[in-house]
Amino acid sequence: MTQQKTSINRRSFLRSSALAGGGLMISFSALAEFKLDDKVNKLDLPDQWYELTGYIKITPDNIIKIFNPNPEFGQNVMTSLPMIVAEELEADWKQVVVEMGQHDSVKLGPQFTGGSNSMRMYWKPLREAGAAARNMLMEAAAQTWSVPVEEVTTKAGMLYHEKSGKSGTYGSFASKAASIPIPKGMKLKEPKNFNIVRNSKKNVEGLKIVTGKPLFGLDYKVEGMLIAMIEHPPAFGMKLKSFDASETLKMPGIKDVFSQKLYEDGFEQGGFDTRSFNDLLVVVGKTTWEVMNARKKLKVQWELAGDTKNTMSGKREFIVPGELESTSTQLEKMKEYAKKPAQQLRKDGDPETAFKNAAQVIERTYNAPFLAHNCLEPMNFFAHVTDEKALVAGPLQAPGWSEPTLSKLLNLPADKIEIQMTRMGGGFGLRAYGHYIYEAALISKKVKAPVKLVYSREDDMTYGIYRPMYTATYRAALDANKNLIAFHVKGGGIPENAVHANRFPAGAIDNYLAEGWQIPSNITIGAFRAPRSNFAAAAEQSFLDELAEAMGKDPIDFRLELLKRAKENPVGKSNDYNADRYAEVLKLVKEKSGWNNPENKKYSRGVAAYFCHNSYAAHVVDLVMRDGQPYVERVFSAIDCGIVINPDAATNMVQGAVVDGIGNALYGGLTHKDGAAEQNNFHRYRIIRMHEAPKKIEVHFVQNDIDPTGLGEPPFPPVFGAVANALYKNTGNRFYEQPYILQLNKTSRA
Amino acid sequence: MITLNINKKTFNVDVDPETPLLWVLRDTIGLVGTKYGCGMAQCGACVVHLNGEAVRSCVTKVSRAAGQKVVTIEGLSEKNDHPLQKAWIELDVPQCGYCQSGQIMSAAVLIRENKNPTEKDIDAAMNGNICRCGTYLRIRKAIQLAAEIQRKG
Repeated sequence: MTQQKTSINRRSFLRSSALAGGGLMISFSALAEFKLDDKVNKLDLPDQWYELTGYIKITPDNIIKIFNPNPEFGQNVMTSLPMIVAEELEADWKQVVVEMGQHDSVKLGPQFTGGSNSMRMYWKPLREAGAAARNMLMEAAAQTWSVPVEEVTTKAGMLYHEKSGKSGTYGSFASKAASIPIPKGMKLKEPKNFNIVRNSKKNVEGLKIVTGKPLFGLDYKVEGMLIAMIEHPPAFGMKLKSFDASETLKMPGIKDVFSQKLYEDGFEQGGFDTRSFNDLLVVVGKTTWEVMNARKKLKVQWELAGDTKNTMSGKREFIVPGELESTSTQLEKMKEYAKKPAQQLRKDGDPETAFKNAAQVIERTYNAPFLAHNCLEPMNFFAHVTDEKALVAGPLQAPGWSEPTLSKLLNLPADKIEIQMTRMGGGFGLRAYGHYIYEAALISKKVKAPVKLVYSREDDMTYGIYRPMYTATYRAALDANKNLIAFHVKGGGIPENAVHANRFPAGAIDNYLAEGWQIPSNITIGAFRAPRSNFAAAAEQSFLDELAEAMGKDPIDFRLELLKRAKENPVGKSNDYNADRYAEVLKLVKEKSGWNNPENKKYSRGVAAYFCHNSYAAHVVDLVMRDGQPYVERVFSAIDCGIVINPDAATNMVQGAVVDGIGNALYGGLTHKDGAAEQNNFHRYRIIRMHEAPKKIEVHFVQNDIDPTGLGEPPFPPVFGAVANALYKNTGNRFYEQPYILQLNKTSRA
Repeated sequence: MITLNINKKTFNVDVDPETPLLWVLRDTIGLVGTKYGCGMAQCGACVVHLNGEAVRSCVTKVSRAAGQKVVTIEGLSEKNDHPLQKAWIELDVPQCGYCQSGQIMSAAVLIRENKNPTEKDIDAAMNGNICRCGTYLRIRKAIQLAAEIQRKG
């Protein structure tokens, strides 16, 4: 094995001690009987910590601190990532305290929450860190006891030398272990020997959450902090012309009102530097309410922005159209574009001929609106920027992506910028974008004071970075014997389409064509829980259902037949899924839902399955009509995400994804009139509520030893398709337009 | 100057009487357990108890709370052991956690008034509290568990 010198980083050692005294960043795993161990209850943690790799610190008293590298937004990485370390370390989970990591990519890795990637990205590095630290401790014990290291064993935070009967806690050897070079290439445990991973552990932050401790970005506070809010244009395609702040400045608590550019002309934006409006009209004051109130007194002139130009990294430029867009015109435009030639994304065989010779062609078109993320904690960020350095703190998913842009905007080197990651009140992809961090930083720099930038719910909901507006037309060709001989998907959207050309059923059908088109827009968009998949699954899984019916087949059996073909005799070489794993979740959900059980006939059942972000999900949704409104009463879910680290937390996430899917499928959607969002708060933008949530969501994980593949997104997309298919069973009508409630209530978006 | 009784402590605050109680709690007093989600009584993240009644602090003027008894999530129990807090932890309810203060405060009034709430009672009492992460099923179960803990004393 290779050796790597440990450097006890004195700066981080001290920093950790200071945080330990403050207690804000530390969470506890020992929650037996809802009491905290007395020692830690007073947050009077010892100040002697010995660092064993960047993720682990141990005190002489055998308290083991594990750093969570990834920002937390409800996926509970605060608990599950430290579990991985603790497993290989062979710690006793009761001795573990968890601390949110600093932004330090050298010590703690990429630190990016998103793409359902946390477990995948950190599975191996965390195991290696735990194993390395365990070996350092064994080496320390071996040296102390003068015995061969091969004779030293570990269990639950203790070291043993059986032959001599010697034993000692990890803590007693921590100091010595910290000076041993970090080994590499340690042997990792067999999954069958896991003691911590695969066992449900309580959320380490649970107690803090239910007692209202300061946790979120909006809770962050320092002495002398000012509050800033931005008055955005009332519509996309508009910009600031002039303003009169004379009344605003007279309001109590108000310090300043000014306008500020976010990016200079020609500034090269990274992929997550999306911003809707560049000229910021800023109001700064002492308290949130005073600023909210004072904003109402602003007299602002807005004007048409006209076509503008965005420059991306690599000096790539593109024009942002200046038109004030309305949903009705967007829908008309999409119908026009759908008829035009599109970009070919994949072709197998000869679909044109197959369609020409078909005995029956089935063609259906699906639509879905913009969706707002609506994290319950609205956008906000804290910044304290001086000429020498910057501290920014708040809810964000990707400090590594925001840092370079901050560095450029503030003209500060990265090592003078500290990014603290608070807990996020929801992310869903929106918090991977950094505009609100940069805005806060620039405002702080301007007013020469610590500032918290706050977005009201209205600001947040109308700002943009939405899930795009999508459409897709599916066509299937059947021969005289009702065999499926060709499949065609032509998808479009504003401003991007949702076609995944290499996903199922590509690979299962001889003649296959996938095409895509898009219409540029000034309405900004961004990643929304399972981007593109969240529409593709709805459309595709509804279409497969309709196809199965036309062919006289059971919808699950139909999919399984196709998957069998994809496995045994695949078409093409780039099929982006594992047919066995895909089939497995369908079979599991069929079994667990009692798919053919006559007892379940009282439900309108819809099924859907999908593969995205490396994992497989299938749902059976049981829907009833209740007082004329659709109600999903039960859901059965089958998931393959490889090794499940924290089963109860994973179940919570799947249940949450199901509720989220039902809510968005039935109710979600944002429309525009002349560039202005028509929904700006929850009275107009409908979010699913308690009485609309199912009575039961039964989650089953496929048991295998595949390295974890991700869970935040995969369960979400197929829910939409399953709901549409269940609605068909109940009403006899197919549902092609989201949100489905519109069709039920016979209203329309346009 | 307005005198407030919050979690059995007295605070004298120099604020505009029209200021919503939510912002006095968060910005002036520094109790940030009560959350801002919408500012118009739609989401329930801001629920506190005013003389034992669940109110939405984002639309409750601080003047209405003057001299009245206010309880926030921080004061729900002295030892972090309210049956709802115990149940929430036992059943691992939260995901992001942002809505949970409001959920618990709404539920606290429910189980105080109704010792054995049915699922329907729970749905009716709780449909003013949005959970964007979708933990509703766990909230329901936790309320029932809390009611059971409460019944057993």
